[in-house]
Amino acid sequence: MTATEIAPVGAASPQHVPYRPPRAVRYGATAGLLVLLIAFPLVLPNPTVTSIGVFTMIYLIAAIGWNIFSGYSGYISIGHAAYYGIGQYTVALITIHAHLPGGWGLFGLLPVAGVVSALASIPIGFLLLRVRRHTFIVLTIAIMFILQLLAFNLTRFTNGSGGLTMPFPTWTGNFFNMPFYYVGLLAAVVAGAAAWWIRRSKYGLGLFAIRDDEERARGLGIKVTRSKLIAYAASAFFVGIAGGLYAPFVGSVYPQFAFDPTFDLAVAVLVFVGGIGTLSGPVLGALVLIPLQQYFYLQFGNANLYLIAYGVLFILILRLLPGGIVPGVTSAWRARLVARARARQEDTRPEDTGLKDDAGQKGRA
Amino acid sequence: MLILQAIIDGILIGGFYALMAAGLTLVFGVMEIVNFAQGILVVLGAYLSYALYSHLHIDPFLGLLITLPAMFLVGVVIYWTMIKPIRRDRVIMSLLTMFAVGTVIEGILDLIFTSNLVQTTTSYVNSSVQIGSLIFPEIYLYSFAMAVVLLSALYWLLYRTKFGRNLRAAMQNPTAARMVGIDIDRISAFTLGIGVSLAAAGGMVFGSTNSFDAASSYDLISRLLAIVIFGGFGSLSGALVASIVMLVIEDVVAVVWSPTWGQTTFYLVLILVLLVRPQGLFGRTAVRAQ
Amino acid sequence: MSVIQVTDLKKSYGGIHALSGCSMTFEDKAINGLIGPNGSGKTTLFNVITGYETADSGQVSLRGQDITNAKPDEVFEQGIGRTFQITRIFPRLTVLENVHVAAQRQGFVAQARGWDSAAERERAMEVLEFVGLARLAPEIAGDLSYGQQKLLEFAFITMARPSVILLDEPAGGVNPSLLRHISDRIRALNSEGVTFIIVEHDMEFVMRLCDQVLVMHQGSALTSGPPEQVRSDPAVLEAYLGTGPKEGS
Repeated sequence: MTATEIAPVGAASPQHVPYRPPRAVRYGATAGLLVLLIAFPLVLPNPTVTSIGVFTMIYLIAAIGWNIFSGYSGYISIGHAAYYGIGQYTVALITIHAHLPGGWGLFGLLPVAGVVSALASIPIGFLLLRVRRHTFIVLTIAIMFILQLLAFNLTRFTNGSGGLTMPFPTWTGNFFNMPFYYVGLLAAVVAGAAAWWIRRSKYGLGLFAIRDDEERARGLGIKVTRSKLIAYAASAFFVGIAGGLYAPFVGSVYPQFAFDPTFDLAVAVLVFVGGIGTLSGPVLGALVLIPLQQYFYLQFGNANLYLIAYGVLFILILRLLPGGIVPGVTSAWRARLVARARARQEDTRPEDTGLKDDAGQKGRA
Repeated sequence: MLILQAIIDGILIGGFYALMAAGLTLVFGVMEIVNFAQGILVVLGAYLSYALYSHLHIDPFLGLLITLPAMFLVGVVIYWTMIKPIRRDRVIMSLLTMFAVGTVIEGILDLIFTSNLVQTTTSYVNSSVQIGSLIFPEIYLYSFAMAVVLLSALYWLLYRTKFGRNLRAAMQNPTAARMVGIDIDRISAFTLGIGVSLAAAGGMVFGSTNSFDAASSYDLISRLLAIVIFGGFGSLSGALVASIVMLVIEDVVAVVWSPTWGQTTFYLVLILVLLVRPQGLFGRTAVRAQ
Repeated sequence: MSVIQVTDLKKSYGGIHALSGCSMTFEDKAINGLIGPNGSGKTTLFNVITGYETADSGQVSLRGQDITNAKPDEVFEQGIGRTFQITRIFPRLTVLENVHVAAQRQGFVAQARGWDSAAERERAMEVLEFVGLARLAPEIAGDLSYGQQKLLEFAFITMARPSVILLDEPAGGVNPSLLRHISDRIRALNSEGVTFIIVEHDMEFVMRLCDQVLVMHQGSALTSGPPEQVRSDPAVLEAYLGTGPKEGS
């Protein structure tokens, strides 16, 4: 995959300055965020606000899941709505055919939605992962549209454009959104834990190596095909769960909202804005952008103004924070530390560097 | 006979799809940009022709003299304001940027024209020429002729002019092209301009033969991307062949089986082709290890 | 004793024959130099041996075992590591992570464990120490200078203790002091029993370092032997200067 430019801060620094904030800061921030997310609907129980919360959780799960594949391996998928849709139809079809009532029981179907999505992703991934870069991106979109067409055409199964209607839970008032919110939060925490685990595992290191240079990784014994496929299935699992949560929440499934091209891009955007390939990037992206997007939607009600506002915002973010919030902030913070360390060393004799630069060339030719 | 009619329809309709797909694949070939906004730009072109016809009574084919230069300008402006400033991760960032641009255009079109379906209904939209039992709708005949003219012009531009030579050099090796003094930015802006005006030409026909609104762009872009993958990304001839193959398959399946499965069948054929040739029909093969 | 033997390898791209029936034997536990004019097929031979390209016909064997057209990961597992002409490291990972990528683990559970196990970390630091990069272990690899990246690539190849190392132009674009450092490291590993096959244009480097020199010309083996013998072989000179009419030198 492509290697992006890296701010040449590290090599010149007199001693190593860590790239990440200290562990205490990271763990503290995670715990603090979790407390805030748990307390949020209790403090602001207004259903308009909590429904924004539920949508945020749905996108948060999807963004974390998407990042496990696209962020870690560098293969950008703009077709993960395929699994969002499969998750939705799985939950809706089981509920309808088994005559399940609305309510807590439906949450038990979330893992099923995840597993069905993951199983579906294996043959699809096997086909897609033979190609790279743009062809890969575009094929993921094509697969998504094929599934959308199938959902429209297989009317016996899906009722086509008429959609499927799901039973609503009997919950009322402020409480209605709460179960969806907390189950969503739980799923997001599980997704986050999986992303964290993979990030620090031997397997995950292999994925990052594939992102940087797939052929080189293969030449160091990494099973690239298998690795990519596993990551693809893992991300499909979580995106499927996000879909499985969405269907009972809105109470219906339609082909164009299940296999929704705007969902694809929304998720990619969240992760890009937050910082692709990082642990906190998708979290930050979802927690900032989805409430903002929902706010625009409620504010401008009218779909076209909402589209314009969202598009403009998106362009601005791409322009102003091309690397995402997390990498942008951490590298600025680190640059300060490096500058400070260098200033401290200014008076002391510069260390003998032994074997160092030849002709001062940097990076690959 | 029905099948023969379906094949003829497919070829005629494939002609103007080839225009739109050529714009997409050309832009990709030169800049490695997957122009996600191509669908909405087609719709923009359709609306321009529609507005000129319904308000100023300008024939849509004649109106191309206005819409093509206007859309060329749109492409150039998009390049200089949106694509040029991108510094890193160009491939994916430009794709996302074009999507964002498309979203804004979609919102604006929806604001101006609302989401009521419209169609540019000129006098010849519903008339046709009959030869034996075969029917040739006039609009498709005209649009096919236009596609042939425009695509020939494009081939002439690419293969018979100095500009075309520079452009092809830029497609094959941007770094080397830059080193021999070819101005990549000018070429890129010009290419995006051409790509967008081809979308407008296709949009004029699309708007005359379909009722549409801003949301029609999603179906369009998915078809166009499928065509371009099928033909091989960056391959002009591939896009032309794939357009016709796609529309013929769709129309034939619609006749012998059911209209709802036409498009799905094409996608399934696409997958089968990609299983054998991941780079598409005319695509360049993968680069060697080193 | 031979370690890698290639027999009648053929590989062509379109009409161009990159390898046209190439047969060669590389000595075990030796430093083998592979030279030849540009386009004589040296890099293609490397690519075919290491699985990056498939041969049209012919055989590659490692200690008598057939490894023709094995995949790059399988070749590495068999104990053959290689570097690339243009250095290929993982630019967005740290130096330490780069080295860990090459550590081999089998099985699902092992893959799921953290990448920096104590034993592997010790080995990784040892490897970095060996090339003199230990101090830069926590830095992002893309920030290193060209020479340092070259050393890093060399370092992570050795992480999995390969028995054969293929180096593609290790001296290219490297200053003399670093070059001396690299040849020292090659000799040190060689004295521990590691076989080297080195493609290099720097003749002085090859002649000084190698035990055996093999010459390729137009996709096949021209000659081989000790450095002095190859140096004075008129056929080699002719291959380099072109096959025009012979002239007295």
